[in-house]
Amino acid sequence: MEKQIVGKAFVLGDNVDTDQIIPAEHLVYDMSDEKEARLYGKYALSSVPLEVSGLPQGGVPFVAQGEYASEFPIIVAGGNFGCGSSREHAPYALMKAGVKAVVAESYARIFYRNAVDGGFVAPIEAKEKINDGVKTGDELLVDLEKNVVENKTSGARWELRPLGDALPIIEAGGVFEYARASGMI
Amino acid sequence: MGKTITEKIFAKSSGNPDAAPGENVWLNVDTLMTHDVCGPPTIQIWKREFGEKAKIWDKEKLVIFPDHYIFTADKYANRNVEALRQFAKEHDFKNFYDVGTPRYKGVCHIALAEEGYNRPGTVLFGTDSHTCTSGAFGMFSTGVGNTDAAFILGTGKIWERVPESMKFTFDGELPPYLTAKDLILHILGEITTDGATYRAMEFDGDGVFSLDMYERMTLTNMAIEAGGMSGIIAADKVAEDYVKSRTDKPYEIFRSDDDAVYHSKYRFDASAIEPTVAKPHSPDNRDTARNVAGTRLTKCYIGSCTGGKITDFRFAAKILSGNKVAVPTFVVPASTEVARALEEETLGGKTLRQIFTDAGCEIAQSSCAACLGGPSDTVGRAVDRDVVISTTNRNFPGRMGSKQSEVYLASPLTVAASAVKGVIADPRDFIN
Ligand code: SF4
Repeated sequence: MEKQIVGKAFVLGDNVDTDQIIPAEHLVYDMSDEKEARLYGKYALSSVPLEVSGLPQGGVPFVAQGEYASEFPIIVAGGNFGCGSSREHAPYALMKAGVKAVVAESYARIFYRNAVDGGFVAPIEAKEKINDGVKTGDELLVDLEKNVVENKTSGARWELRPLGDALPIIEAGGVFEYARASGMI
Repeated sequence: MGKTITEKIFAKSSGNPDAAPGENVWLNVDTLMTHDVCGPPTIQIWKREFGEKAKIWDKEKLVIFPDHYIFTADKYANRNVEALRQFAKEHDFKNFYDVGTPRYKGVCHIALAEEGYNRPGTVLFGTDSHTCTSGAFGMFSTGVGNTDAAFILGTGKIWERVPESMKFTFDGELPPYLTAKDLILHILGEITTDGATYRAMEFDGDGVFSLDMYERMTLTNMAIEAGGMSGIIAADKVAEDYVKSRTDKPYEIFRSDDDAVYHSKYRFDASAIEPTVAKPHSPDNRDTARNVAGTRLTKCYIGSCTGGKITDFRFAAKILSGNKVAVPTFVVPASTEVARALEEETLGGKTLRQIFTDAGCEIAQSSCAACLGGPSDTVGRAVDRDVVISTTNRNFPGRMGSKQSEVYLASPLTVAASAVKGVIADPRDFIN
């Protein structure tokens, strides 16, 4: 896993649930078939109401019409990101859309586990609310060694919570890799 | 220092008597449940990770219920069910409740109870967020994603953080116009959709223990709507009688110690709570039915693991009996056992099924149906700018189908009262 993630931010509000991240009607594609699997990227965040998609203005589709991946590798959100269903398709869809990291104030448990144990995206917690200090399109630097995120466009900086117990699993690339490395399986 | 019921079950399952809240422990899983949406990808991951020699850790402990996208022409959805069929055949696996056979059950969380998989003191993981429902049987149950499920499928183990517990006590029996759904919607308004994140929600008090198992399951079912890891109610005689009537497998009863430590405690007088709704677009957007009465509706929906149990239809029948619905109203029994009960149970000399038919409801086959929208040919699915009142559990944008639709969550009594009036109504207009 990269310890420094750089790229444009896509900003969302609080309580972005898994139905918004990947709507239920799209849960049928075969993840082992690359042609179908990329549809998860295409429809990532497609059910976020348009007026709050890409804050503060809104009206920004996460994935442009006709594309399968997003131009935004970092998602910035408020509290309780990924609440709702247990679908692993949610962090998976974000990964397929090219997301490297989500920086939010807090996560729903199942989304957090799925992101970590599947090795899909790093669910990073900020120590305070940061989604009102970032505009969609701002250039961010997420530094997992120093545990800070920097808004290169505005110059603002925030501290991140250390990943703690989740870090060795994320670094290993998921729970299977972790269990193999530690001799469990 | 005492322990909560959840801490005791974690201690037993992990073999670590000192496991304290906040610590990660490895649990030995008693039951793994999956369904048609998450089963096929779980099996794929399991095969990929364990290779050609992938072995189910214990066939007796795995159970699969196709339930989500069942009665549809959608080719991808049907392919998923077919993949489960193949898997069951290849592995000579018995606990598979296939569609189109007499074994077909419907919604997994209800089927788990009916088929005797819910046993006090055990640990159940499922690839569905509402797996917390089974906690009504004094057991630890929670949802996980496919990777975690695949890990369990091969090893029978998974790591979990010992949760802190929150306690919710209801004093006094529920008045006739109130149901467990009102209680849990009331709690959600109190603590919001992330008020219990990473915690166990423990329900207690004579109000809770006066409920039957299905009503108790409505409480634990919606723990996830507050972000809870699990919901739990200690098993009493009512729970034991139910379990014994469904299985002869062993179980163990745990209870919280009097000096157990809680993150927080809430206490409510059940009779002071009013018929409650959650307004669009969040289950914690609480209001009373009285305050939103008169809101125009285009659809009513009675179904799902939350509101499609036999108790929910008994409530609805009380109001729909002898009345006609004023807007399209869908009745979706959660399981085939519930569907059969609709044909057997009577009220005022008519079967519940007859009452619903006479009232003008559309009765669908058992499955998750429009609770989560589903393919475009799903019965009861919200379209365009539908305004729906529903006994289901989630009303996030697009949850029941159309992104433009609005969904109100309510008890089966409130939904039935609203169906008759065509606008949101307080069930006290029909029941004193
Ligand atoms: S009925 Fe609804 S909430 Fe329950 S398992 Fe099915 S989709 Fe999920």
